[in-house]
Amino acid sequence: MTRHTMSNVAPPTDLEAVASGTRASRLMQSWRMAGIFIPFLILFIVLSITSSAFLHTANLINILDQQASTLCIAAAGTLVLVAGGIDLSVGSTYALAGVTAGQIGQHHSIFIAIAVALAIGLLVGLVNGVVVTVFKISPLITTLAMSYVIEGLALKITAGNLILTGNIPGFTTFATATFLSVPSAVWMTAVFVVVLALLLSRTTFGRYVVAAGGNAEAARLAGVRVGGIKITTFVLSGLAAALGGVIDASRLGSILANSGGAGLSFTVLAGIVVGGTSIAGGEGSGWRTAIGVLFIALIGNGFDLLGVDPNWQQIVLGLILLVAVGLDMWTRRARR
Amino acid sequence: MDGDHRTAGAPGDDLVVTGVSKRFGGVPALSQVSVTIKAGTVHALIGENGAGKSTLGKIISGVIEPDEGSVVLGGAPLHMRSPREAMAHGIVTIAQELAIVPSLSVAENVYLGAEVATGGFVRRREARRRFRELAQRVGFDLQPDVPAGALSTADKQKVEIMRALSRNASFVVMDEPSAALSSHETAALHHIIRSLTAQGTAVILISHFLSEVLSLSDTITTLRDGHLIRTVEASGATEDSLIEGMLGRSLSAAFPDKTPAPPDAPVVLDVSHLCAPKVEDCSFVLHCGEILGIAGLVGAGRSELARAILRDARSSAGSVRLDGQELAGHSPRRAIRRGLVLIPESRKEMGLLMGRSVRENISLSRLDLVSRAGWVARLRERREVAALMSKTTVKAADMGLPATMLSGGNQQKLLFARSVMCAPTVLIADEPTRGVDVGSKRAIYDLLVQMAQDGMGIIVISSELEEVLGLAHRVLVMRHGRISAELTGPDMTEGAVLAAAFAETSAS
Ligand SMILES: Nc1ncnc2c1ncn2[C@@H]1O[C@H](COP(=O)(O)OP(=O)(O)OP(=O)(O)O)[C@@H](O)[C@H]1O
Ligand SMILES: [Mg+2]
Repeated sequence: MTRHTMSNVAPPTDLEAVASGTRASRLMQSWRMAGIFIPFLILFIVLSITSSAFLHTANLINILDQQASTLCIAAAGTLVLVAGGIDLSVGSTYALAGVTAGQIGQHHSIFIAIAVALAIGLLVGLVNGVVVTVFKISPLITTLAMSYVIEGLALKITAGNLILTGNIPGFTTFATATFLSVPSAVWMTAVFVVVLALLLSRTTFGRYVVAAGGNAEAARLAGVRVGGIKITTFVLSGLAAALGGVIDASRLGSILANSGGAGLSFTVLAGIVVGGTSIAGGEGSGWRTAIGVLFIALIGNGFDLLGVDPNWQQIVLGLILLVAVGLDMWTRRARR
Repeated sequence: MDGDHRTAGAPGDDLVVTGVSKRFGGVPALSQVSVTIKAGTVHALIGENGAGKSTLGKIISGVIEPDEGSVVLGGAPLHMRSPREAMAHGIVTIAQELAIVPSLSVAENVYLGAEVATGGFVRRREARRRFRELAQRVGFDLQPDVPAGALSTADKQKVEIMRALSRNASFVVMDEPSAALSSHETAALHHIIRSLTAQGTAVILISHFLSEVLSLSDTITTLRDGHLIRTVEASGATEDSLIEGMLGRSLSAAFPDKTPAPPDAPVVLDVSHLCAPKVEDCSFVLHCGEILGIAGLVGAGRSELARAILRDARSSAGSVRLDGQELAGHSPRRAIRRGLVLIPESRKEMGLLMGRSVRENISLSRLDLVSRAGWVARLRERREVAALMSKTTVKAADMGLPATMLSGGNQQKLLFARSVMCAPTVLIADEPTRGVDVGSKRAIYDLLVQMAQDGMGIIVISSELEEVLGLAHRVLVMRHGRISAELTGPDMTEGAVLAAAFAETSAS
């Protein structure tokens, strides 16, 4: 029998050391903390060595440029997921905003075109958020249904035609003007992602988002406006989707009513999940989402550069997703 | 699964725990603890919050594996990697943090993992029959078919108890089984425990109620900070000797002295003719500096009344005036901003963000105090939270730890710390000390009394009669959603409260 005194309390240990238990759980913990950063770094280094074309400023900027819209949408989608929701309508919102901007830009100033497009995204997000919180319909169903409605609207507006935006004076410049030889699409994305990531990690709003997704009833009783918080995340998501649509319409010179679509929604979701954000809500990080999206992009880029059969990309991406979600479930269960 | 598949141990064998240690990360939760649990006895584990009782219980029941040491049954060390394997050895557990599947029915929850089935098909009628039999045997009044998620905390506790009993175990670990029960349900539980031991089953009872421990158990083991202090025969122990062992010091009295509010203290909360689901026409006033106790059976509508006062009930009539002004709106947020704060009855479901840190849990309601223009000032938050933690005696190795990793009593104190941070004018505490150890209880009581002296109005809802009587200046007793009695001064006796809580309804 061991005698000991009251003062023999555990010394204050560093957070991670305490939070982790066995070796396995420490591993899981570091997956959450460092998460996707390590695989990302490894992949980056491997690609730098194996492909001579990879580590060129032009290639890297090109990757960022191509991922600009996905990064914006995923940054906002992280907030939605952390707040306990999911947004499958971003793909079609992206297209609707893009074609609307293109259509309006033909006759009006590009300012109006872009403003209307963003307003549409905002409105879609508002509708999503209100339906989810006020009518208590599951976000999965709500946003899935909305995605059909929105895509239908976009098809109606364009009559199924390709909308050319490259001929609109000034419109192309919106996303392709360069500053320090980096296109504006990348600059805008960087600002947007940083703002949203800080919003989640450092502000009261971010805390409320986490609380709403972690335990909505407890959050409500603690005085958090859970409904308002959830609606705000959907609005941000809609806005980000519209911004992404406008950026790509400007960057690519043309857009279709069914560009984006479910494919984009799922790519965004994949990026968020690979970044370690939990699909069950209550935790996640904007930084890791950005890395997650870029990780997937690097796989694609690397496969292209190395000339690997593109079908392998799909297979590898699918497996990575499974691993990411599996690890998420595992850490959750281990904590019970 | 049935009891015949035991791979070690025969009926009558003792369960021997030898030298078990368990560390969580760098922090030891148990160090070199050895106890022998004799078959057919009640063996109590007591100790402060975080002393390691639940950890020991979990090791015995296979929920976690010890780092060192072993659990030996009938001479053979058991290697249990899951509760299921422990069950095969005849060891079952009732967890402190309730593990109920809300979408499944009560009966399905009871037989979860041991379904009454033939060839994979669940035999529902048979399951329901067995459920009824079991319910009758233990004297619980539960409907088999309602979804378990809809039950009150106490009823969920009963489901857990029934689940353990349905397994015909020879060792049952009960981690604070009576924490959520009212007095007559507790009596029923005690009856069950006695009949279990009469049948040769041993009960490992973890409890903070020393009177319960003394009256039920044969042997009492005291833990402190993960160390075994001593194991004694219950017949030779007294409450004082147990407290001395748990805290390392003696406690002068369980309750602080009462300092009733002056008779001319202003009314801070005026509830009149309040009606809500399960609440019928309740009226009362609360004065500044007053501690008002609300007693009654579980299900009498006490928690519902609290929610209705917060204006958080779906439909409610009547008025609630706070500081003379009507409390409008229908959200807890409005109430908190006006200075009315509730500590909800279920910390896991209604109180805490279990996966988030101690810090985030405490500061959640008043982030505005530690932020500027929506930006959280982390340093200020840390300082504030650290002060609140010491004020409410929260024991955690680090304020960055998620709430799940705290012991049950310390989780409860997080809610307390959060509401202290709100600096309310009226505090409604629904079962404020559920699962809190005697020493910390006293700290919380002192805090409540202090807050009342500073002019706050406090309502304490508790199933612990002693707590209500020991703290409150005035007691309301509820029955069937109505206030059936108001007791003051010398009328505040256990007998009077029980009479009002149980009294047969003549009208209504
Ligand atoms: N999963 C875990 N991870 C990290 N630390 C843990 C974990 N579970 C328990 N602990 C720590 O181990 C110690 C003992 O906890 P335990 O739950 O056994 O206490 P207890 O005696 O049951 O207390 P209570 O009376 O509050 O229920 C505490 O300091 C607690 O914070
Ligand atoms: Mg415990």
